[in-house]
Amino acid sequence: MRRLLLLLPLLAFLAIAVFLYRGLFLDPSELPSALIGKPFPAFSLPSLDDPERTLTEADIKGRPALVNVWATWCPACRHEHPVLNKLAEAGVVIHGVNYKDQREPAQKWLRDLHNPYQLNIEDAKGSLGLDLGVYGAPETFFVDAKGIIRHKYVGTIDERVWREQLAPIYQQLVDEAQP
Amino acid sequence: MKRLLISAGLSLGLLASAHAAIDTFEFANEAERQRYRNLVEELRCPKCQNQNIADSDAPIAMDLRNEIYRMLEAGKSNDEIIDFLVSRYGDFVLYKPPLTSRTLLLWYGPAGLLVLGFGVLGVIVLRRRSEQKNRPVAGLSANEQARLAALLEQASQDKKDR
Repeated sequence: MRRLLLLLPLLAFLAIAVFLYRGLFLDPSELPSALIGKPFPAFSLPSLDDPERTLTEADIKGRPALVNVWATWCPACRHEHPVLNKLAEAGVVIHGVNYKDQREPAQKWLRDLHNPYQLNIEDAKGSLGLDLGVYGAPETFFVDAKGIIRHKYVGTIDERVWREQLAPIYQQLVDEAQP
Repeated sequence: MKRLLISAGLSLGLLASAHAAIDTFEFANEAERQRYRNLVEELRCPKCQNQNIADSDAPIAMDLRNEIYRMLEAGKSNDEIIDFLVSRYGDFVLYKPPLTSRTLLLWYGPAGLLVLGFGVLGVIVLRRRSEQKNRPVAGLSANEQARLAALLEQASQDKKDR
C-alpha cells in the first residue's frame, strides 16, 4: 500500500503529460461553429457582379454548395483563390460573400484572378458575416441542398486540406442531394 | 531615465486613446452606460482569444461593440443580447461559461478538489489522534523513571562539587 502511494506523483505527472501533449496539437483559434445544423441565415444583399440584383438565402438553396467568405484585404484569401478556381472548374458549386470590402477592388480582383463564384454576395457592412459568426476571413461554410449549414472551415483551403478533410464532406452532401 | 519617461508617456497616451475609442457612444443615462460596460467586459472577442470585446482593437470586436450598442438602444435585455451573440459565435464568447454537462468539471472541479483535500486531511488527523491514544501516557516504565531520577540527582551533585 505504502509502495503504491509512492507511485502517485508519477501517475499524476503522466496524466498531466498526456493532456499537455495533446494540447500541443490543438489549434485554439479554431472555434466550433454555433451554426452547424442550422439554416443559412436570412439575408437580402446586392450581387457584386450586378449591384441591381438582390440576392437572398433562397438563391443558395437547391444544391449543395460552399459559401466562401473573402475580402481583398485578406492576404490568405489571395492564397486560397487559385484553389477555389480549380475546385470550381471541377464542378464544385461555390458562392462568395465579399465581406466588409469595397466594390471596385473586389470586382477588379475577380476580373484579374478569375471568378470561381456562382453567386457573389456583397456584404459591405458585414451584416451577413455577423449572422454567420464570421471572425476572420477566409471562412468557408458547407451548405446542403436544403440550405442547412453542415460544416465550417476556418482558414485557407489548400489542396491537401480539401483532399483530406473537405472533399469527403462535400461528396456526402452531393450524395444526399441525389434522389 | 529619459527613455523610461518617454515610454511611460507613450503608454499613458495609448491608454487614453483606447479609452476614447470605447467611449464614443452616447448613452441616455448612467445606468445604460454601466450596462454597456458590463456587457462588453464579460464578452470575449472571437478573434483574439484572450481579450474581452471592450479591450480588443480587432475589427470584429468593434463590430460587436456597435451591435451591442445598437441592441441596447433598441431596448433589448442583457439576456437577449447575450443569446444573440452565443447563437452566432457559440459559448466561446462568454467569459462566464454556462453550466452544461460539458462544463460540470469546470464549475465543480475546484470545489470537489477542496472537499477531497479536507477529507484527506481529516483522515490523517483522526489517524494521528487514535495512534496517540493507544500509546502509554508517560513513555517511561517505573524502572526507567527511577533511573532518570538517579541520573538527574547525580548531575546536580556534580555541579555542586565543582
